Amino acid sequence: MPPKIIIDNISKSYGDITALKGISLDINANEIFGFIGPDGAGKTTLFRILTSLLLADTGKAIIAGLNVVDDYKVLRTKLGYMPGRFSLYQDLSVEENLNFFAGIFNTTIKENYHLIKDIYAQIEPFKKRKAGDLSGGMKQKLALSCALIHKPDVLILDEPTTGVDAVSRIEFWEMLYNLKRQGITIIVSTPYMDEAARCDRIALLQKGEVMTINRPDQVVDSFSKKLYGIKARDMYDLVKLLRNYHECESAYLFGEWIHFSTSYEIVKADLEKYLKENNMIDVQIEKIKPNIEDSFMELMNRKEEQ
Amino acid sequence: MMKQVIVKNLVKKFGDFVANDHLSFEVEKGEIFGFLGANGAGKTTAIKILCGLSLPSSGELTVAGYDIYKEREKIKKSIGYMSQKFSLYNDMNIAENIRFYGGIYGLDRATIKRKTKEYIEKLELQQYEKSMVSELPLGIKQKLSFLVAILHNPAIVFLDEPTGGVDPITRRQFWEMIYEEANAGKTLFVTTHYMDEAEYCHRVSIMVDGKIEALDTPEQLKVQFGVDSMEKVFVKLARG
Repeated sequence: MPPKIIIDNISKSYGDITALKGISLDINANEIFGFIGPDGAGKTTLFRILTSLLLADTGKAIIAGLNVVDDYKVLRTKLGYMPGRFSLYQDLSVEENLNFFAGIFNTTIKENYHLIKDIYAQIEPFKKRKAGDLSGGMKQKLALSCALIHKPDVLILDEPTTGVDAVSRIEFWEMLYNLKRQGITIIVSTPYMDEAARCDRIALLQKGEVMTINRPDQVVDSFSKKLYGIKARDMYDLVKLLRNYHECESAYLFGEWIHFSTSYEIVKADLEKYLKENNMIDVQIEKIKPNIEDSFMELMNRKEEQ
Repeated sequence: MMKQVIVKNLVKKFGDFVANDHLSFEVEKGEIFGFLGANGAGKTTAIKILCGLSLPSSGELTVAGYDIYKEREKIKKSIGYMSQKFSLYNDMNIAENIRFYGGIYGLDRATIKRKTKEYIEKLELQQYEKSMVSELPLGIKQKLSFLVAILHNPAIVFLDEPTGGVDPITRRQFWEMIYEEANAGKTLFVTTHYMDEAEYCHRVSIMVDGKIEALDTPEQLKVQFGVDSMEKVFVKLARG
């Protein structure tokens, strides 16, 4: 089967600012493909090009056999798009918004209710409420329902979980897995590194360039350093002390631990001695496995050095 | 130790809706206090009250030693505030922004000049001295927003999702700035949806439906709920 989406050498600049630098990649049918990167990495620009809302300076993109420039009218009937900013009609009710989007695509809520049932059922009790009066989590569910109501082949979600609490984020990903089971190809962007692990494949994006494309576990495996989790009573002093240690490559806060990387195996006793001499209390040192965020930061640093 | 925030039985109602339901907590000087909760749990309502922008329906509150009912103007001078939406003016340069905020807080010219130099050196902004704020990279804007929020040397700083959307390295540099200020004696009141950041706080409170359902050090909360991460504590509480 040919790739569902082909992105071929796409570049885009706004004046002097280069938003995308020659992005090329393929996305397979029924994949959940994640674009992971901070604000300003180029995620939204790329999504707007894929959804035919913005023209690229160079390159081309094909979705389900349709060119995003030449075939945009047909393409739009096959795409569901949830922009990063809440873009529904704030002064229409929940139900009116959904009806409106169904109407535009010549369908009805009834016809495709099965697709949105799990999601829409959670906000249906509030269907008479104005969209502008919904909480963040409910707005997100309505936006997803509206993006799905015409039974799209490909769903493009721009930072659907930004500003959403940890529980709603978990629920949102459960919804995405359900949609994948129904055969939909999903492209999603997120600044949350932990969500990367939930995708089938990811592209790590930074400053308009793809740093790597791979399965999440392979991205983790690409981490090239030795990694230790270290903690002590005073974490702020600890991170500074670790950076002064002769074998230190990097030392970053990581939740309750500091992730300390080195090029070679360290002698734990030596490091422990050094930290104790510098008044660190309750020192713990453990060899640990990296996660996506470790890999992302290593790639960022490698890029800076180039 | 000095208590910078004292909240006793804070209640805030909007009509029949109880947004804050008898909140009680205290925050010490030099403490990093994590204020967590699901969307709609009532965090923003409480922060607005603590900043003196809204009055409680009932309860006793002092912020930086001042009474919330009678001394709100003094509170406003004693606090700094930064949200995920930048408060810097995009069409002014760095020095102009600092001068503007310095002026609002009544700093004298010499102090404003000294702070401008200090901030530019601290964040290594020499190459951006002539640039408009709109041209700064996001990570730098974020750090500069924080420094501008503490320009007038407030006792307490409220940070409302300060790290949303920034890259993982900047996010950590930002937290090191928070630690530095806490070590220097400032009190930091932080909201975040990144659960790893909850671990950086000295103590964390978690709000569910207008009530504080948990309040302790991250370590103790994990013991209390029998889980190994703050994310799991949060999910257990918020899912009920």
